[in-house]
Amino acid sequence: MSAKIWLLIWNSTLQTLSMVFFSTLFSLILGLPLGVLLFSTGEEEQGGIIPMPLLNSVLSRIVNVLRSFPFIILMILLFPLSRLLIGTSIGTAATIVPLSIAAAPFVARVIETALKEVDPGVVQAARAMGSTNFQIVRKVLIPEAMPSLVSGVALTIISLIGYSAMAGAIGGGGLGDLAIRYGYQRFRGDIMLVAVIIILVLVEIVQVVGNRLSARLLARR
Amino acid sequence: MMVSIRFMNMEGIYMQIRLKNLKRSYGSLHAVNGISLSIPSNLIYGIIGKSGAGKSTLVRLISLLEKPDDGEVYFDELRVDNLAKEELIRRRRRVGMIFQNFNLFSSRNAAQNVAYPLEIIGTPKGEIKARVAELLELVGLGDRGKAPISTLSGGQKQRVAIARALACNPDILFCDEATSALDPQTTHSILALLKEIQRKMGLTIVMITHQMEVVRDVCDRVAVLDDGRVVEEGPVTDIFAKPKSDVTKEFLSHLVGTDAGSEEQMVQWSSKRGAYILRFRGVTTDQPILSQITRETGIDFNIRAGGVQKVGGEVEIGTLIVDIQGSEDEQESVVARLRELGVHVEKEERS
Repeated sequence: MSAKIWLLIWNSTLQTLSMVFFSTLFSLILGLPLGVLLFSTGEEEQGGIIPMPLLNSVLSRIVNVLRSFPFIILMILLFPLSRLLIGTSIGTAATIVPLSIAAAPFVARVIETALKEVDPGVVQAARAMGSTNFQIVRKVLIPEAMPSLVSGVALTIISLIGYSAMAGAIGGGGLGDLAIRYGYQRFRGDIMLVAVIIILVLVEIVQVVGNRLSARLLARR
Repeated sequence: MMVSIRFMNMEGIYMQIRLKNLKRSYGSLHAVNGISLSIPSNLIYGIIGKSGAGKSTLVRLISLLEKPDDGEVYFDELRVDNLAKEELIRRRRRVGMIFQNFNLFSSRNAAQNVAYPLEIIGTPKGEIKARVAELLELVGLGDRGKAPISTLSGGQKQRVAIARALACNPDILFCDEATSALDPQTTHSILALLKEIQRKMGLTIVMITHQMEVVRDVCDRVAVLDDGRVVEEGPVTDIFAKPKSDVTKEFLSHLVGTDAGSEEQMVQWSSKRGAYILRFRGVTTDQPILSQITRETGIDFNIRAGGVQKVGGEVEIGTLIVDIQGSEDEQESVVARLRELGVHVEKEERS
């Protein structure tokens, strides 16, 4: 392969990394409060600190609908929003919008599940000491759930690497785009192979780092 | 004069708890079914009951974790069961609580656990550090501040929990089955620590438990709970000498049975259990009551087992398990005479 092709691969990798980085960031910003809200408004027996059954079931439904929505269709539906926020619906920056929104409900569930693992007795103790709900979330629930939260974020990043490759198919750029345009449409199997290997390596790195970090947090307890 | 009284109230040294006809149900289950109690200040008050008697619900009600369906809770003259949110949070900060499973924060080390209640009320960092060191010293863990919680033994965990509960100088300390997960020796040392703290700080300690040993060893007064109601209440020495309800008697009989091996063990002379349990208290333990009655009536006693227990570390309660010879009428007259002489008599149910 020529130097030009390698440069192309390098640029695509950078695009993928920036897409994944920013969409992870924004999906966390959207998903974290949503996850905390899902957990907090849940049933008291499951640790809900401000049980609100109606709000909880509405939120839960919305999250489920968004999660089961095929990503490609969600992306197309969100073109107008990308145009509004970024000014265009094509390219790496524009793809971050649907990626973030698609991943947010996933993040919310991941966070909710991690918080549910926190011993309700510990929350009860914090409440008995006169913690406000905000203090319970920030100083008890999130630190106590941190190892699971770290694993959850790693899982989110991995999903987003997959989604970002898919986003390439409709003009998002990145390794997925490269694999389709050069590898598939121009019969360049070698480029396709390199793109896929890079994606696999990225996933593996995130998984290993996530596991190590989570394990180290647990070991310190 | 005014100033000093106000000062004492602020310090909360004389915090008294009153419960008025408290009720709490879960569906059709009446967990707490009309409990009225007055818990005096500056002592250790026991609330004992079997599982399902309503203890846990009661403690959640008086520690302001849950609101009653009906009834009232007062701390001194202040009604606390209907407080608004901010007031409720402020009030909870004046109440300490420890639990059966310790409920420590695993994400924090020992010192950081003790620091938590100080952090949430916005205590300056330097002050927190000094106070935490002082508290860890108080519970005998001065050198374990940096220890992760998982590296501590059960007893050490409960000590950290006690230090954490005392961080904000509470008026009241609730102990919810605080020793139930601990072995007898550790239980003993935790109880001794609680007793010492009660004396030092003059707070009111409420111990919720199913262990009569806990009541015997540290409590000044006790309420016996059954089926969501108080069946018996009074000074621990009275309850031990003259138990009235069946539930109390059952608790006491467990105590006799399980105590073998401890200091106050019952000495068994016979593998057969006697038909009568006699309880002597204070002076009556010093008098030769049995031989006196034998001389008077000519009826003999057959002593099966006996022992002396220290209640609250001071008053002695003697227990004898005996058979009384003679016909049923003669037995009854002996029992009547024993009661006249101040001995509490229970007939063992043969099953």
